[in-house]
Amino acid sequence: MKHESNERTSFDKSKSFEPKIVAFLCNWCSYAGADLAGVSRFQYPANIRIIKVPCSGRINPLYIVKALYNGVDGVLVSGCHPGDCHYISGNYFARRKFALVKKFLEYVGIESERVQFSWVSAAEGVRFAQIIDKLTNEIRKLGPLTYFRKGSTCKGDQT
Amino acid sequence: MKRVESELITNVEELLEDKKIGFFMGYENGSLPLRTSPCFVKEKEDVQRLVWNCFCTNNLSVYLVSLIPELPAGTKVGILCKGCDSRSLVNLIVEKQLKREDVLIMGISCSGMINIDKLTGNLDGGRILEVEENEEEVILKLDTGEQRFSRKDSLYESCKNCTHPTPSVYDILIRVGEHAPKSVCPDPMIAKFRQKERLERWQIFERELSRCVRCYACRNACPNCYCKECFAEQTKPRWFGLSNELSDVLFYHLVRILHQAGRCVDCGACVRACPEKVDLRLFTRMLVDEVKERFDYEPGLSPNDSHLLGVFSTDDTQEFMVEVD
Repeated sequence: MKHESNERTSFDKSKSFEPKIVAFLCNWCSYAGADLAGVSRFQYPANIRIIKVPCSGRINPLYIVKALYNGVDGVLVSGCHPGDCHYISGNYFARRKFALVKKFLEYVGIESERVQFSWVSAAEGVRFAQIIDKLTNEIRKLGPLTYFRKGSTCKGDQT
Repeated sequence: MKRVESELITNVEELLEDKKIGFFMGYENGSLPLRTSPCFVKEKEDVQRLVWNCFCTNNLSVYLVSLIPELPAGTKVGILCKGCDSRSLVNLIVEKQLKREDVLIMGISCSGMINIDKLTGNLDGGRILEVEENEEEVILKLDTGEQRFSRKDSLYESCKNCTHPTPSVYDILIRVGEHAPKSVCPDPMIAKFRQKERLERWQIFERELSRCVRCYACRNACPNCYCKECFAEQTKPRWFGLSNELSDVLFYHLVRILHQAGRCVDCGACVRACPEKVDLRLFTRMLVDEVKERFDYEPGLSPNDSHLLGVFSTDDTQEFMVEVD
């Protein structure tokens, strides 16, 4: 693990750095949206690792911090549009949590682009591909997250 | 202060005599000067031990969740609550950890607690013999003479920015002056921190928490941290390492502070408990302000409130979500 992260930080971030992004996708919408993007052959960057969850309301802020700590460069959480939750209101509860998590991580100095939240329905394959595209580009520009990961010396300095 | 103390003692005496409470939680003088420690009074003759002064810092509601199930059923606990303590207690009721009828709240409108370090840090030697306080000043009588400290300048930061000095809920209220709720939002310290560059913010976050030795005193002093099994100690799964490596320390604090969202009443117990004097308020208070601004919610004001994250509104703002054109 240590060896790998050393290797990655030595990459020239503008040229060959490819971010790792974890995407927590709701089983009922965004996951199907990703599937639709796939079967429709929409092109999007291969930087995401999908974790299927039953609802965006299932996301504990702990998972997001844990993902960053374990070495990903960005996290996306995506669920059903407001009003469309399979469990009626899970995404509304989630939205309150997300607002606070996002603002707080930004406040302590983690770039706001690294932790993102979106609504993608099962019919929005194109939108899913666009979001992944946007996210990957943004995080690629930021470079690897070196200052908060397991065993890092955490110096907050990216250069 | 003597008036308050005697009022307190008479009240507790009466309550114990009438068997309205099983016992009473207050403060007594600690073994060191300027210190108080929690005092649990069961018998009438012990009532005289109770004190009230500007050093009664502990948030006593932290004991309730573990204590009440141990008591014989129907025992009512009397508790001395400052503004912040009562809000912690009310938040516990909102979170269904307590029943309102299990506690008798003796409220005290508080004029702020004094940070002992600000006094002892400025002493020119000498032993403290006696302490006096009035509305304006704290007077230390030393064997070398007398030293006066302005009360306003020696307060804890959380007390300087206190929004509700008078308990939100109480059965009996002891008044010490008039302390109306005031709005200190956003906290000037937080507003200043927000204006810094991202990198600088992260460096301050790191620097502040690099002093943490993971003794978990912040968690143990916090009335909100009542989980029987804390995520920090879970083994299935083990979320993060037990080491003192900075990434592990930061993980613990990031998640602990996030757990306070919509629940923290900014009582400052975590900061006072910290042996390394880590300024945790710099981060917890941000969530207090954010919750107030975004949801116009302040925890612990009424036992009938709903938990901030346990309800929702279809009109909650979502400007932070990703949009593509």
